[in-house]
Amino acid sequence: MLKLFRHLKPFRFAVIASLAMVMLRALVDLYLPRLTADIVNIGVGNGDIPYILRVGAIMLGIAAVGGVCAVLGNYFSARAASGFGRVLREKLFSHVENFSLHEFDLFGTASLITRITNDIMQVQQVTMMSLRMLIMAPIMSIGGIVMAVSTDPTLSLIFVVAIPLLFLLVTFIGRKGIPLFQAMQEKLDGLNLILRERLTGIRVIRAFNRDEYEKKRFHDANLDFTNTAIYVMRIIALMMPVMMLVMNFTTIGIVWFGGIRIDLGFMKVGDLMAFIQYGMHIMMSMFALSMLFVMIPRASVSAKRINEVLETKPEIVDLPAPKKADQMRGYIEFKDVTFSYHGAERPALKNISFSAGPGEVTAIIGGTGSGKSTISSLILRFYDVDSGSILIDGVDIREMSQEELRSKIGYVPQRAFLFSGTIADNIRFGKEDATLEEIRQAAEIAQAAEFIEKLPDKYDHWIEQGGINVSGGQKQRLSIARALVSKPEIYIFDDSFSALDFKTDAKLRAALKKETANATLIIVAQRVSTVMDADQILVLDDGQIVGIGTHEELLQSNDVYREIVLSQLSEEEIA
Amino acid sequence: MSNGQQPSANTGRRRMGGPGPGPGRGPRRGGPPGPHGRMMPVEKPKNFRKTFFRLLHYIRPHLVPLTIVLVLAVVGTVFNTVGPKIMGEATTVLFEGMMSRMRGVDGAAVDFGRIAKILRLLIILYGVSALFRYFEQIIMAGISQRTIYHLRNEVSEKIVRLPLKFYDSHAHGDILSRMANDIDLIGNTLQQGLAQVIEAIITIVGVLAMMIWISGWMTLITLFTLPAAFVITRIVTGYSQRYFARRQEELGQLNGHVEEMLGGHLVVKAFNYEKRSTEEFNHINEKLYDSSWKAEFVTGIIMPLLNLVNNISYVAVAVVGGIFVTQGRIPIGDVQAFIQYSRQFTRPIDTAANVINVFQSTIAAAERVFELLDEEEQVPEKENALADFQAKGNVRFEHVKFGYTPGKLLMHDINIDVKSGQTVAIVGPTGAGKTTLVNLLMRFYEVNGGRITIDGVDIRDLKRDTLRSIFGMVLQDTWLFKGTIRDNIAYGKKGATTEEVIAAAKAAQVDHFIRTLPDGYDTVLNEDASNISQGQKQLLTIARAILADPEILILDEATSSVDTRTEILIQKAMGELMKGRTNFVIAHRLSTIRDADLIMVMQHGDVVESGTHAELLAANGVYADIYNSQFSTEDFDQPGDFSAEGVFS
Repeated sequence: MLKLFRHLKPFRFAVIASLAMVMLRALVDLYLPRLTADIVNIGVGNGDIPYILRVGAIMLGIAAVGGVCAVLGNYFSARAASGFGRVLREKLFSHVENFSLHEFDLFGTASLITRITNDIMQVQQVTMMSLRMLIMAPIMSIGGIVMAVSTDPTLSLIFVVAIPLLFLLVTFIGRKGIPLFQAMQEKLDGLNLILRERLTGIRVIRAFNRDEYEKKRFHDANLDFTNTAIYVMRIIALMMPVMMLVMNFTTIGIVWFGGIRIDLGFMKVGDLMAFIQYGMHIMMSMFALSMLFVMIPRASVSAKRINEVLETKPEIVDLPAPKKADQMRGYIEFKDVTFSYHGAERPALKNISFSAGPGEVTAIIGGTGSGKSTISSLILRFYDVDSGSILIDGVDIREMSQEELRSKIGYVPQRAFLFSGTIADNIRFGKEDATLEEIRQAAEIAQAAEFIEKLPDKYDHWIEQGGINVSGGQKQRLSIARALVSKPEIYIFDDSFSALDFKTDAKLRAALKKETANATLIIVAQRVSTVMDADQILVLDDGQIVGIGTHEELLQSNDVYREIVLSQLSEEEIA
Repeated sequence: MSNGQQPSANTGRRRMGGPGPGPGRGPRRGGPPGPHGRMMPVEKPKNFRKTFFRLLHYIRPHLVPLTIVLVLAVVGTVFNTVGPKIMGEATTVLFEGMMSRMRGVDGAAVDFGRIAKILRLLIILYGVSALFRYFEQIIMAGISQRTIYHLRNEVSEKIVRLPLKFYDSHAHGDILSRMANDIDLIGNTLQQGLAQVIEAIITIVGVLAMMIWISGWMTLITLFTLPAAFVITRIVTGYSQRYFARRQEELGQLNGHVEEMLGGHLVVKAFNYEKRSTEEFNHINEKLYDSSWKAEFVTGIIMPLLNLVNNISYVAVAVVGGIFVTQGRIPIGDVQAFIQYSRQFTRPIDTAANVINVFQSTIAAAERVFELLDEEEQVPEKENALADFQAKGNVRFEHVKFGYTPGKLLMHDINIDVKSGQTVAIVGPTGAGKTTLVNLLMRFYEVNGGRITIDGVDIRDLKRDTLRSIFGMVLQDTWLFKGTIRDNIAYGKKGATTEEVIAAAKAAQVDHFIRTLPDGYDTVLNEDASNISQGQKQLLTIARAILADPEILILDEATSSVDTRTEILIQKAMGELMKGRTNFVIAHRLSTIRDADLIMVMQHGDVVESGTHAELLAANGVYADIYNSQFSTEDFDQPGDFSAEGVFS
């Protein structure tokens, strides 16, 4: 948590101002009872009404000052904490945007999202509360004690008992209650998990007649949770009565011992009344403090999660002076590339060498575990190779800038991913300044124009987040159009045709052939029919190239290829 | 000051304002974790009265403990309210003793005996009050938790009775949110709100009574501050709701942006979009900052303003009280008591206002839960439905009509006759309605006309359990639950023995894989079963179906994201599974289709053709068209995967 606070620096004025305001306010709250005491001691004691009125006027003034201080304090703390959150978010997001896929795998996308959104919000809230309350408690306590001691040191001894007692009780209940609270939360999560499983698995549950079983599973978990919840609530229920008891008994103590002190002539009745109020202020601020102690551990978990991300350096960074690669167009060369994912026992790719040039179609086939998608990730430099090198247009991709590298490539991922925005926005994603004409053309080639024209808003049709309002095939076609619009040197289709029906697939490939005549095509596929007409087919098995050649060549010479073909086509069709 | 009211109001608010656990409804997601729930625009129920009384119905069984709570709350609060006045008497005794001594009255002394008596009374009062409050909370915990326990179970039972139509047409997130968040909110309100309302009302009445008793004039002064407090709260809350709504919206935008950009990270990077994405983020972030600090500021202002009003009334009371004491109109202790009362006065009003909001959103939540409970249930079973039925596996569709929405038929007149042991290949592009067929066979949906029979018996004449135990299902969407592999396989058969589970796993070619796992059959699959691969999941579901040993099998052949070796295993396992059964196969392999006894060609939700491969080719219809176009496509002289990837949801 403290580590994060260095990001508060730009707001140090607001922070200091907010703290100063809180301090002033605390003093005001403590000074008012003092003046009341004067009214009682001097005004009432002597029957001096003008004095009472005068002190009253002063009190009003001071109360007004306190109000102004509180408002200003709020203003500063709101600005500081919100600004703090803004800076953190900005830093975290741009930091994450520089992450390579390795760091994404490390944290998990969902977790990164929560860290940027919820965790920062949590820290922001607690910062605000801290600015408003954390400092209030010690000032109130110290100030209150100073005032109390200056009124009557001996009677102040009562706080020596009361404050630690209150503090101990609150922390004791908190200590006992919070872990139980977490346990309860976990049980609730478990309960909700069962519910979620029952919803997502409803077909299977019904198909296997397990409705009753699931019901019972839920009821058992429900009962278990309810019992825990009741138990926890009972412990938490102690909190308020105990607090009240300590406060009220302290007041009673003050009246009794104060009475004796008054009787002995050490203090006056007005002082006693002030004393009671000091006690109240001190105790209330202790209570506020204990509330904060409940919140801070939660926030520090969040802070830790934020720091973890901030402290992770992206693995892939550009060289200070990247090379230009503008001598050639569309040449890809893998030189003895070996690559393993972090923590993997065996390399995902081993000694991969091949080259591809403009006007050529290179297909990569193999099962999911075979590493074919890894090849496309490596070309895009989503990961760095362990050994060997990848050259694009004659330059090692580690020596050029990531931006230049990727601007050469039109990439169609396995899972079509669209963003919320219009269809035109989504296609323009591939080329920021694409004209409507270029967008249309790309859509035309990608076989998307037809369905787009049928939509009421055509290219302005709004795509919902995650592209849920278009079908899988339409999504894939838009994702292809997005890659086409920038007319790149190299196209990578990472198993991108699976969501298309065969007619569209065929039409699309025919159209692509014309459009990409001078470009380099890499097609990753699992289906034989998709790769059969490629100029060269790379057969991958277990991370290694076990064959390179055309369909006919491989069918003759390559066992793995034949096995794949056999599993997909029946004997007679191959013959 | 003995205002225990103060912190109690705060904690209650905090607990109610916090975001509920579990997945949230869209706009609620990513809400602020802070204590500002009260400042959110309040959701209003559609029919407050009706829902309220229905909710009361759930609390009825707890009438006795609830009455006790009421009594405890009343007595506890009354005791607590009387406290300051009695404490004041002690001060008065003290003061008068001192005054008479100062005036030099003979033998004047503070009457400590009386003070001791007063304080003893106070100890009892406060002690009892605290004890009562504790019991009140404890009892309430039981009542509230048990109430929502029953509500949850009722929802759970409802899940069983709802038709699949309901699940298909409602977002899971929304249903879940009703079951989890809304019920939690009801529980929290019962726990905190009820007692708070009682306490607040009694405190207001009690404090007012005490104040009037002490001095009508001074009460009048205090009451003047009420409209001020009220107006301030109104104005500030108005602003703050506006800013919070804005903040919430911008927070939603920000979260949406982050989700998209990180979710589509691959694409973002591939298209060099990082800079544009960061710019957009900073833009939203800036707007969020603006509404965020304003919302926080405006909300935070309410307490200091009320405090100021309080302080003004405090000063007024101190001054006027002081003057009254000098004039001998009231004793000094009463001034002290009055100050405490006036401080307690605005709190419960604030609390009550807040509780009204909380009540409203609770009733709205209850309404959503009740809506769920009132959803139309599946058609009840016939009274004389067959429970005991030994199926052979002959399936007939006789003039079946079906549509998901009334008046929009997808299937117009389906007639199929499948004999026991035959294999039916279902063919067609994505979305052609292959799922629909499954839905009808398993009676997840009801036909709109005609009938489906098994061995000549209308499936509606069978109990649903009986019908479904005839069928086995292996879908592409492999649903497994969090639990051991053993339990997941055993799901197919109640009371399956370990030997049976292992035998099924062996038949499904997955036994070897399971044994390579550190805990073997006791390996626990995590929440989304993401600790094993898609192919292995599929094998497990096959094992599950093998164990269930159904007469009729529904099978999805698609194995899109599976490596070659696993695919071969799956094919083998499926072959094993299909032996000796009637099979409905959502077919992707040409070999399966050709060898099928019957091919059903589906398009736009309807079965457009059916027959054998040869018959259909001869008929020269849709099937022949698809088949030929596959062959005639330029450059493709070999047929590949026949149909597109079947999305089977």
